[in-house]
Amino acid sequence: MAATGQYLGMTLSIADLDSDNAAYFRFCAQGELRLQRCQTCELMRYPPGPACPWCAGSAFEWVPLSGRGIVYSYTEIRHPVQPAFRAHVPYLALLVELDEQRGMPTEHEAIRMIGNLATPDAALAPPELVRVAGIGSRVRVVFAPAGPDIAIPLWTLDPREPADAMPWRYPEQSS
Amino acid sequence: MQTTEHVVEGARHLRGRYAIVGVGETTYTRGAGMTTRALACWAIRSAIQDAGLTPHDVDGMLAYQLGDSITSTFVAGDLSIRPSFFMDVYGGGSSTEALVGLAMGAIEGGMCSTVVIYRAMNGYSQSRVGGAGRAETAIVGEQLHERPYGWSTPGQLFAPSFMRHMYEYGTRPEQVAMVRVAHSRHASNNPKALHRKRVSVEEVLASRMICTPLHLLDCCVETDNATAIVVTSIERARDLRHPPAVILGVVGRTCKPRADMHYQYGPITTVAAKWAAPRLWNGAGLGPEDVDVTGSYDAFTFTTMLQLEDYGFCTKGEGGAYVSSGTIELGGRRPNNTSGGHLCEGYTHGVSMVVENVRQLRHDADDSCPIGADGRRAHTYDYREGGCRQVRNVNVTANLGWGTPAYGSALVMARTD
Repeated sequence: MAATGQYLGMTLSIADLDSDNAAYFRFCAQGELRLQRCQTCELMRYPPGPACPWCAGSAFEWVPLSGRGIVYSYTEIRHPVQPAFRAHVPYLALLVELDEQRGMPTEHEAIRMIGNLATPDAALAPPELVRVAGIGSRVRVVFAPAGPDIAIPLWTLDPREPADAMPWRYPEQSS
Repeated sequence: MQTTEHVVEGARHLRGRYAIVGVGETTYTRGAGMTTRALACWAIRSAIQDAGLTPHDVDGMLAYQLGDSITSTFVAGDLSIRPSFFMDVYGGGSSTEALVGLAMGAIEGGMCSTVVIYRAMNGYSQSRVGGAGRAETAIVGEQLHERPYGWSTPGQLFAPSFMRHMYEYGTRPEQVAMVRVAHSRHASNNPKALHRKRVSVEEVLASRMICTPLHLLDCCVETDNATAIVVTSIERARDLRHPPAVILGVVGRTCKPRADMHYQYGPITTVAAKWAAPRLWNGAGLGPEDVDVTGSYDAFTFTTMLQLEDYGFCTKGEGGAYVSSGTIELGGRRPNNTSGGHLCEGYTHGVSMVVENVRQLRHDADDSCPIGADGRRAHTYDYREGGCRQVRNVNVTANLGWGTPAYGSALVMARTD
């Protein structure tokens, strides 16, 4: 049965045929971040898909991750285009580099996931949080429920692991 | 486990064998008041006339679109063209240069002899590329990892690459803003341009922030227009109206590893141009130092900068200094987008920048310089506002077409008389 959900007024729909996304979002609904690991070369991949990006292998298993990582890049969106986000500007789209598999299989490769900055209870971050996150911020995954078999993974600041330095933020102009 | 490196010979045996012989365009407006079909007819008719051909001389058509435009068979019928070969392909930015290469291949393969390539779009009044004004439909498939995050427009999708460039290399907003400043100066000498007003760095930085690091004026315009070019063999080209823009080298939609736009393969500050460059320069038989004018796709100020870096016009990471040094301005060593480009002239998914470089190679930029007794424009090379935009002694141009950070195309042309 196809999975459907509602999130911020958006309708999400996962077709029966889309078994990779169905499994990924079902794990999210259970509060688990899992990714596919290739049974041939043992590398994990994101986003979910039917083959291994490194060895083209088809056999895989779903493995749990710590759900922790570091902000590798981001954008602060102030002009909303999608109607669902009109009430939520400014919001951050983070590119989060997971702790697992960093620098593998080559130096600049990593599992990097897009997701918004959120509060610990998975609401989009208010302006005072949007103002402090940047490149280098430590984050952990949280899940926003969207339906019985779908939750949306988001990221919240992880106070247990302070960043090495102040996060890098876009230099605002005074002019 | 090792990523395969392709052999990067480039098509040396086709170097100088094909040319762009005709260019055509509609007005660049918001509210064209006509269909993409009517726009396409206007641009193609103009390009064929410009070449000194008739529709019966054209037997190949290539077009690209994003489900937002008329397809070739209708336009062929309208214009009395009977294609021996046509393809309508799905694609936006970086399609232009790729289709020039495919046109050469179609002719080389004996499928046709003269190809018109066009893009027609009501990019403001009907189908806006960023999706503005569109109702949210059900989110499915690959979109599930993008749209639920409000991450869907080209600016939002490319921004992680731009921001990381600032972080890694110390690139500053006021440096990148100089791309808009330069292109606005060029556009002020282009009577066709939508935005002909010159802007300052301060005006770019004071314009409202869309998504960091992109201010409104770091983003291209949205317009309604069609643009067309005619490609044929060098033998046919020699008999036509204008000096041919001879094709020296082309690369089409070359990808980084992991082209799916999720930034798994780093450095994410390096774009597809790095992978395209060896094939481009080897095929063309020259390098960036030999290029007089560039047309680097300016969907955003940052896309121009990143491509100029990764095609080797400056050292990696020094793009901010390069684009703010005066080099890319009229009167500088290597002007970029002398028409004003997508930031100022109009948005056509790349064709217009090839049109401009063809005119530069003909030494016939359509600025406001007076037309002399011989019927030719007498260029003043005075680049002040409202003046000339022809670059002196242009022999080689390069078009750098951006699709996303992960794929792009390029085209090197020359005047060979």
